[in-house]
Parts: sequence; structure tokens; C-alpha cells
Amino acid sequence: MENNTQGATGAGPDTGGKFIVSSSPHFLTRDSIPGIMHSVVLAMVPALAASVYFFGLRALLAVAVCVGASLLTEYAMEKIRDKPLTLHDGSAIITGVLLAFTLPPNFPVFGFILGSAFAIGVGKQLFGGLGFNIFNPALLGRAFLMATYPVLTTTWVEPRTVARAVDAVSAATPLAMMKFEGKLTPLMDLFLGNVAGSMGETSVLAILIGGLYLRYKGYINWKLPLGYLGSMAFFGGIFWLSNPAKYPSPLFHLMAGGAMLGAWFMVTDMVTSPVTPLGQWIFAVCAGLLAVVIRLFGGLPEGVMYSILFMNAFVPLLNKHTRPRVFGEGAKAD
Amino acid sequence: MADGTHSLWYEFKKGLWQDIPPFRLVLGTCPTLAVTNSVINGISMGLATLFVLLGSNIIISAVRRYVAPQVRIAAYVVIIALLVTVADMFLAAKFPAISKALGPYVPLIVVNCIILGRAEAFAQKNPVLPSIMDALGIGIGFTLSLATMGSIRELLGFGSLLKFKILPGAWFEPWIVMILPAGAFLVFGTLIALVNYISAKKAAGTETH
Repeated sequence: MENNTQGATGAGPDTGGKFIVSSSPHFLTRDSIPGIMHSVVLAMVPALAASVYFFGLRALLAVAVCVGASLLTEYAMEKIRDKPLTLHDGSAIITGVLLAFTLPPNFPVFGFILGSAFAIGVGKQLFGGLGFNIFNPALLGRAFLMATYPVLTTTWVEPRTVARAVDAVSAATPLAMMKFEGKLTPLMDLFLGNVAGSMGETSVLAILIGGLYLRYKGYINWKLPLGYLGSMAFFGGIFWLSNPAKYPSPLFHLMAGGAMLGAWFMVTDMVTSPVTPLGQWIFAVCAGLLAVVIRLFGGLPEGVMYSILFMNAFVPLLNKHTRPRVFGEGAKAD
Repeated sequence: MADGTHSLWYEFKKGLWQDIPPFRLVLGTCPTLAVTNSVINGISMGLATLFVLLGSNIIISAVRRYVAPQVRIAAYVVIIALLVTVADMFLAAKFPAISKALGPYVPLIVVNCIILGRAEAFAQKNPVLPSIMDALGIGIGFTLSLATMGSIRELLGFGSLLKFKILPGAWFEPWIVMILPAGAFLVFGTLIALVNYISAKKAAGTETH
């Protein structure tokens, strides 16, 4: 109950001394979809700043193109479907920014547009718009781009802060180096973001600032990021303890690749995560386990995207079977 | 359905839009998804199916009074299997490359639900001539559908049509997903949506007039 009443109006409306009997809800919140969405956009500013710092203005261009294409697709789809326009609610902006964050800096501009159009068009509007989508639209857009341009989505460059002689140097991400060459990256570089990788995923520090801000605002349920990161650290830790020479440490798991961005901005997506506490634990812990399994034993170096998309598919089931029993309801009543 | 009340032209025409197999009847989706990664594969598969469908409709319609209803499915399958074997051997002998590309999907025509569907729904109740028109319409509709799927997938997945480069490689990066199974589902779903959208528009148009 405490969670639901945050920002509640507190005292009821002035009833002029009358006792009014009405049906629920009795507490109203000042939170609105645009309010929450704009806070999320604000929370992504540190990560955006970090991506511009490490990868140059190309990162800003990527975000601008993705947001523009997302808004345009949302507008076009809602026009075709004769639905009210929801551009102002900011959800398409978030999808655009998140999609740009998960792509390599040197990705072609047409790819940004294609991914955004797929994310909003197929991932969100075909399911019925905001609130009805089964999968996280940004991740679905990235999965589509991964299948469409398998080479371009896995070609990385060094951040420009690394001293070098030529313009752009192709490089391996910390996860790919760990998987294919057995090399570990210094944790400090991972924490600050001074490594090759997707634009908005490299800086753990910047993402943490945004994530904790959202937690402070009460828009993130702490179970989801904690369950996801905790599960990655736990299961990653088991393998690390069993063979420290072969498997990376839990800290490496948490700071490399998309773990932080996924945990704070994608696992916590209000539409595509379960609503019950038990369901949220199952969702987050299973997704974390899957990410570790894909990273250590799968064909891909990174498993965050598929782990979240995979668990997204289970959300309706989790919601159905973890529903708390209503007070007074019989044990077997269903 | 047709019980002598429809014209032969109607029996032919309905397979091209109103009952077009993969998009309206949603029959024969297995080859529609599996072999349409290029135009030539789609057309070959469509023509092989057209041949089998034409033959099975003619034979089944001709023998419809002599087959006991209890064993009709078994009898139909034997007839269809004969025609499929002919098509398979013909392709393997004359067009080995295409036969190799289509793989097991030519022998699988024997369980293609379009063929048995038309036998059950049409050929066993109608004379030979309407059955021929029905097979031609449905078969050509199926071939055109596969060719459309193949064109979209080959154009986006390889940048070519019938192996002829259309989109220059300089600015077009092929969409690998289009030649993968996922691309087949995406194109198929989009085309069904498009056909339904146009049909709904047409229906709305005829209602208001």
C-alpha cells in the first residue's frame, strides 16, 4: 500500500461535512504517464552525457535519429489505426533513446531508422500501443537489427578517450574479449565506461546515477533491478568460485555489457514486468540466470537482451499464477 | 460452395483473391514459409503444387462416384502421392539445382493441406470441368503468393530479383533476417494484414454503395 499512495493527495476532498460513500479508489496519485516518462528521460541524461563524452557527437546524432524515427512511426501508426495521438506521453522518446543506447556507435543512420520503426511499429503499436505490448519495444527493435545486420551490430570501436593514431579503431567489447580471448578488462574502466561497447551501456557510473534517481522518485520497483543484478552476481559467482581461471568474477558480470542498462531501464519497464511481488522475483532472478548462462555457454558474448525478451514472454503467466489470494477466499477457490 | 450454381469463370477467379490459399484460407503455410527465400524457389514450388493439384482434382473428380466414402482419404492420398512422385522425379531429372534447393518440400506436397482440402471441399462433389478451373485458380493463386513472398524476401535479403542485382551494394546493406525463418513470418504476417486490410476496405466500399 505504501507504494501506491506515494504522492497521494492525503486528506480527502472537502465534503462539506457530509459523509460520502463511494467505491474505490479512495487515494489518487499525482503521477501520470507523461510525468513518469519524462522522469525516465531525465534519468537517461547522465548515460547520454557519458556516451557523448566517450563516443563523440555521433552518439547524440544516433539518439536524435532514433527518437525522431520513433515519434514519426508512432504518429503514422496511430493515424492508420484511427487512435488518439499519444506523442506527448514520452514513451516513444524512451524507446528511441534506449534503442540508440544499445547499438554500436558506428551503426549506419538507416539502421537507426529501421530499428526504431520496427520497435514502435511492430513491438508496440501492432500489439495495441502503450500498455499492451508484450515485449520491451527497444529490445525488440535491437533483436530485429541483430538478425537483420548481424555484422554491423557486432562491430565496435574504441572510445575516443583511448589514445590512438587513426580516426576509428575497431575493437572487441570486454565481454567478447572475455569469451573469445580469455582477457579481462580493468574494473575501473568498466565502471567509468572507458571501453568499447554499445553507446549508452558502457558507463556503469552514469547509468547508476539515473537508476538511483528513478528509485528515489519511486518509479522503479527495487525488486526488479536487485533481483536481476543479484541473480547475475550469484550465478556468475558460483561459476567463478568453481573455476576462477576460466570464468569472470561477479563484479565483471555486473559491470560489463548491458547488465546495468538492462537492470535499471529494461527489466523495470512497467508494461513488460509482472505486477505481483513473487512474480517480480521470479521474473528478475530467472532473467539474471539466463543472462549468465548465455554469456558463459551460449554462442553470443552478451545475453542481457535475449534474457529480458525471453522472460517478457512469461509475464502474463507469472501474473496469472502468482496472484495473491484475496482475503477470505478459500484455498482452492479459483 | 459450387454445386453447379457458379460459372466456371467464378471457380477460376476465386482462387486468385477471395480464396487465395496462404493469405485467405491460411492453408499451405509450410511451403509458404519454408521455400520462399528466393523468387525462383517460390515459383518452382508453386508450379509443382499447381501440377499436383490439377492432376488430383481431375482424377478425384472423375472417380468420385466409384470411391467408397469410408476409404476416400486413403484413396486420395494414393492418387496425390503418385502425382507428387512424378513431380519430384521430373524436377530431379530436369532441374537438379531447384530440386536440391527445395529439398524435402516437394515430397511434402503429398501432405499439403491445399491439395487434400480442394479434394474434400471441391473435387469430390463437382464434375471434372469445374474441378479443373478450381485447381487452376487455386494453384495459380498459390504460385503468385509464393512468388510475391519470394520477391520481397529476395529483394530485401539479397538485394536481387531472380538472381539479378536490383539494389546496388554500395548503399544497400542486405537484411539478413529476410532470408531467415523469422523474416518469412514477418513478411507472411504483413501480407496477411495487407490482404485483410484491402478486403475490409472493399467490403466497406460495397456496403455503402
